[in-house]
Amino acid sequence: MSSQPVLEIRGLDKSFGPVQVLHEVAFSAYAGEVTALVGDNGAGKSTLVKCIGGTYSIDAGELLFDGRPVQVNSPREAADLGIEIVYQDLALCDNLDIVQNMFLGREKKSGLVLDEATMEEMAAKTLDSLSVRTVKSIRQLVSSLSGGQRQTVAIAKAVLWNSKVVILDEPTAALGVAQTAQVLELVRRLADNGLAVILISHNMNDVFAVSDRIAALYLGRMAAQVKTADVTHSQVVELITSGRSGELGLQNVNGVTA
Amino acid sequence: MSTTMLPGTKTAAPSPGIGQNVRAYIGRVRGGDMGALPAILGLLVLCTTFAILRPVFFSAINFANLFTQGAAISMIAMGLVFVLLLGEIDLSAGYTSGVCAAVLAVAMTQNGLPWYVSAGAAILTGIVIGLVLGALVAKLGIPSFVVTLAAFLAFQGLLLVLVHEGNNIAIRDPVIIAIENRYLPPVLGWILYAVCVLVYAGVQVVRARRRAGRGLMADPATLIAFRVGTLAVLGGLAVYALNLERSRNALLVSLKGVPIVVPIVVALLIFWTFVLRRTAFGRHIYAVGGNAEAARRAGINVDRIRVSAFVICSGMASIGGIILASQASSVDPSTGGSDVLLFAVGAAVIGGTSLFGGKGRVLDALLGGAVVAVINNGMGLMGYSASVKYIVTGLVLLLAAGVDALSRKRAAASGLR
Repeated sequence: MSSQPVLEIRGLDKSFGPVQVLHEVAFSAYAGEVTALVGDNGAGKSTLVKCIGGTYSIDAGELLFDGRPVQVNSPREAADLGIEIVYQDLALCDNLDIVQNMFLGREKKSGLVLDEATMEEMAAKTLDSLSVRTVKSIRQLVSSLSGGQRQTVAIAKAVLWNSKVVILDEPTAALGVAQTAQVLELVRRLADNGLAVILISHNMNDVFAVSDRIAALYLGRMAAQVKTADVTHSQVVELITSGRSGELGLQNVNGVTA
Repeated sequence: MSTTMLPGTKTAAPSPGIGQNVRAYIGRVRGGDMGALPAILGLLVLCTTFAILRPVFFSAINFANLFTQGAAISMIAMGLVFVLLLGEIDLSAGYTSGVCAAVLAVAMTQNGLPWYVSAGAAILTGIVIGLVLGALVAKLGIPSFVVTLAAFLAFQGLLLVLVHEGNNIAIRDPVIIAIENRYLPPVLGWILYAVCVLVYAGVQVVRARRRAGRGLMADPATLIAFRVGTLAVLGGLAVYALNLERSRNALLVSLKGVPIVVPIVVALLIFWTFVLRRTAFGRHIYAVGGNAEAARRAGINVDRIRVSAFVICSGMASIGGIILASQASSVDPSTGGSDVLLFAVGAAVIGGTSLFGGKGRVLDALLGGAVVAVINNGMGLMGYSASVKYIVTGLVLLLAAGVDALSRKRAAASGLR
């Protein structure tokens, strides 16, 4: 296993007004691994992701990228570092084709004119590197794609920019069985290509199918971050629902600090 | 670089045959994406009907009339496409053109400014109007329907103020008058035609070559030949017809050639098509119209796109206003009023621009404008009164919007949207 995490968070606090949503959260993601971020509704998964992605500012704590401390103040800055987030509700334009969507907002130009040929080549190469075989033509409108194919395009869009960390927010939530398998395979391939993948999921089967590590949030605290191989299904469920499971997790759940 | 594209499809044939293109097109139409097809069919039906009922419809003079009558509305409709692409509407575009025409007239007649300064002032007025409307919609978040409805009323008043409560300001400047009432020498018409066709063919061939050279899917030669051929034939027929002698007494005064307004419309058509199809700005307009949230997340400044669409719309309306002033040789309180706006919206929608945003082309506005102009002209020749014309045009607009809504439903059903 790699020694140094690509992305490391230490002591992150985040409050919205009087409500403290995240308490001294520590979290790390490693290159070549899928780290699953699990937790019940309201545990703070989305907030944590938005703090990493620069949508929310953080109140306290450190963000280390490749070992050096960084400040992420906007989604653009996160993207510049190589952090890409694929949101649950996809953010694709139905009336544009796959290539146009993948390059949206970051179009390649030669002079004033769009450089369609280069964009098409790059998009094809990216999809190829992810062994995507389900798409008929990359000049197809996104409106004609299935849910799984859309998710594939959204993920491919995230890896197009030589990103190092890809965060997937419930990529399989709305998919059928076969499409879920497809997307999970893609998630695994991202990690195998050397990226650090953070997978937010409610589905324990998905988590155990692809993840290398599991980080469980409980009421805004990091209950535990463990290797997937070291824990069982029911332990993870316990971590999610009560914040502890035997030796693992928060030892004083109702107290002020762990 | 020989990319294998996506395995499974393009490895075999880098450029699909013409048959495949035709099949793909039929598939799109059946799936509800009809584009300009209704407009073209409508145009054919209307022209045939009028030509049978009133042979004078196809006379050289009436053919030229179609162009001068449709020019202003097409211009406004081309601008409206940008606003419609965002899923917004500009109900004030008609009176914006009236106000800008009045600015032009006042600047020329009452302040004695030369035509180019006056026209500049008119266009600047349009741009400022667009900035205000766009800011109200994008920054304040007032629905565009309300903003522009308010502007529709207010501009009507502004127009009255500018023309001093109902005066008719005559325009005598020969350059402004010439836009709608003078014609290119026949030779110049043919030269411009040849340049257009050659450049279009050149652009198509170079692009296909370049793509093929990089191993990408390129348009097959037959398709390019078909496109260029269509343009050459239709353009050639139009130029030929416009170059026919239209004067009843050619010895006294000769009337022939392409109206000067036509190359202006064509130039703006090419310019805006280029902007929409080949620049990042145009791509962002489609993106905001398709999914504003996705565009925002992609780092596109959605507010700026919104404002600029309104600026383009009002700016084009100001040019439309100048054409209206030239057509009537005067500006009065009804310039740009009554039917102009609805005809322009109708032109855009009939041409296939979706009222729901995200779909449409500038060329469509021109095709739709042609339909509107033909209805207007043909029914005039048939001797119908304005009342009937209004009713028929209203029904056609409703029909076009119905086709738009239905094709959207159909597209949803077939998974194309």
